[in-house]
Amino acid sequence: MHKKILETKNLNAFYGDFQALFEVSIDLFEGEIISIIGANGAGKSTFMKAVTGLLAKVENDINLKGRSIKNLRADEIARKGIAMVPEGRKLFPSLSVEENLLIGGQINRIGPWNLTSIYKLFPDLYEKKNMPSNLLSGGQQQMAAIGRALMSNPEIILFDEISLGLAPIIIKKIYQNLPDVIKDGMSAIVVEQDISKAIEISNRVYCLQEGKIALSGHSNKLTREEISKAYFGM
Amino acid sequence: MDWINSIIQGILVGGLYALFAAGLSLIFGVMRLVNIAHGDLIILSAFLGLTVSSSLNLHPFASLIVVLPIMGFFGYLLQRGILNKTLGNDILPPLLVTFGLSVIIQNGLMELYTADPQKMNAGNIEVASLSLPGGLNIGWFPLLMFIISIIIIGILQFIFYKTALGRAFRATSDDQEIAQLMGLNKNHIYGLAMAISMIVVAIAGIFLGIRTSFDPAAGPSRLIFGFEAVIIGGLGNLWGTLIGGIILGVSQNIGAKINPGWQLLAGHIAFLVVLAIRPKGLFHRVDG
Ligand SMILES: Nc1ncnc2c1ncn2[C@@H]1O[C@H](COP(=O)(O)OP(=O)(O)OP(=O)(O)O)[C@@H](O)[C@H]1O
Ligand SMILES: [Mg+2]
Repeated sequence: MHKKILETKNLNAFYGDFQALFEVSIDLFEGEIISIIGANGAGKSTFMKAVTGLLAKVENDINLKGRSIKNLRADEIARKGIAMVPEGRKLFPSLSVEENLLIGGQINRIGPWNLTSIYKLFPDLYEKKNMPSNLLSGGQQQMAAIGRALMSNPEIILFDEISLGLAPIIIKKIYQNLPDVIKDGMSAIVVEQDISKAIEISNRVYCLQEGKIALSGHSNKLTREEISKAYFGM
Repeated sequence: MDWINSIIQGILVGGLYALFAAGLSLIFGVMRLVNIAHGDLIILSAFLGLTVSSSLNLHPFASLIVVLPIMGFFGYLLQRGILNKTLGNDILPPLLVTFGLSVIIQNGLMELYTADPQKMNAGNIEVASLSLPGGLNIGWFPLLMFIISIIIIGILQFIFYKTALGRAFRATSDDQEIAQLMGLNKNHIYGLAMAISMIVVAIAGIFLGIRTSFDPAAGPSRLIFGFEAVIIGGLGNLWGTLIGGIILGVSQNIGAKINPGWQLLAGHIAFLVVLAIRPKGLFHRVDG
């Protein structure tokens, strides 16, 4: 773990007049995986949206490698190397599986990921590449969403609830693939409902509660009690 | 034979109606924008073609070399400068703004060219015709217009379904937020869609200006023909739009054959009948 690649400094985020994040400061180092946990509505997805430029109103800074990206549009941020696997997968229904991957790849950043390497990682997708993406099973859709994000060869990849709505066996399979996904110095932020999973796969954990950071620390040093206190606010 | 002749004429003019419709359908598909000024932009192109061909002494077809890029560029600027700012959850602002644009274009043309009907002269091709056995006569110009319409719809279809640009159009249409996460600048994508729409408009305008006389107030009825062709064919289906145009053209010609005053009425009736039987059009497709 060396250089800081992404940091938010006292980030406030809003939906209109409603403030969803309060002074959230999160750091991510090169090659690191951090997880963000928190109850429903805690602001996890909002944080991801703020970082990727999808929120109209954020206050205070978001820095990528020391440069502010706060005022960049979402497409500009994507070109700088931040990719997201969004909550609910959100594949493009009128595009085939392969077209979904290709549209992720049109950013054209240099790196290990291309159609061949994605199909090698997820052979299921190769078999279904010409299918409309909405006909895939949930697990296959998640693979396609991961593949689509990887196709841009990002430096930072954000996963918002990868396991949501998937069968345990599929979740296991996807998490088994994760080390292959996050390699070559890529950094990742993982939002995960399953707390033990979140702790298991990450270097550090941040726990959000009603838009504020209630707890943060190294994954192997936090105790269950600390986490449930921060999670439920009791 | 007269009847068959008018049906054939109807089919051929249907190609032109499909061109009116294709640009309309494209921008609705990509950005859910209903362009009320679409017909006026067709007429604007016809006037532009008239000015270019008369001042540079060019054949109307050759005027496209100038008119096409002007309209394409104008479409891009219009979208990025004005229309993008009107797009949002509310469907009213783009309707109002394009309605305003329609009024501005009509009045502007009126100032510049007066209300007198104009026509472009394409020379021999306008009267030359192909005689088929059985007394059938097919004009070369309507035939050419029809063939070019099919080619253009084929090209649009190709762009939409087989190119990276078309992929970007479809993705942005599906989900503009996620499309932005893929590095697509939606303002630029929308600008390109409008540019393509205006290029088709330019071609339609030149054909229209050769086929019939036109005046500054002729736009709205072209918009209606375009709308009707789109709806008959089913939103989001370009080949359907061609069929829609043909159905409209054939009904108009049959109506005119029965009674010259019934031409437009017959087209509207065909439209209403299709709408009543299949509210989503004949070949409705969810995607695109
Ligand atoms: N588009 C929106 N408009 C207004 N408020 C919103 C919007 N999206 C989220 N919120 C609000 O912001 C707060 C944080 O929501 P967010 O989606 O970030 O939570 P989350 O931690 O991702 O929850 P979940 O685990 O359910 O996905 C919630 O109170 C939510 O109601
Ligand atoms: Mg969420």
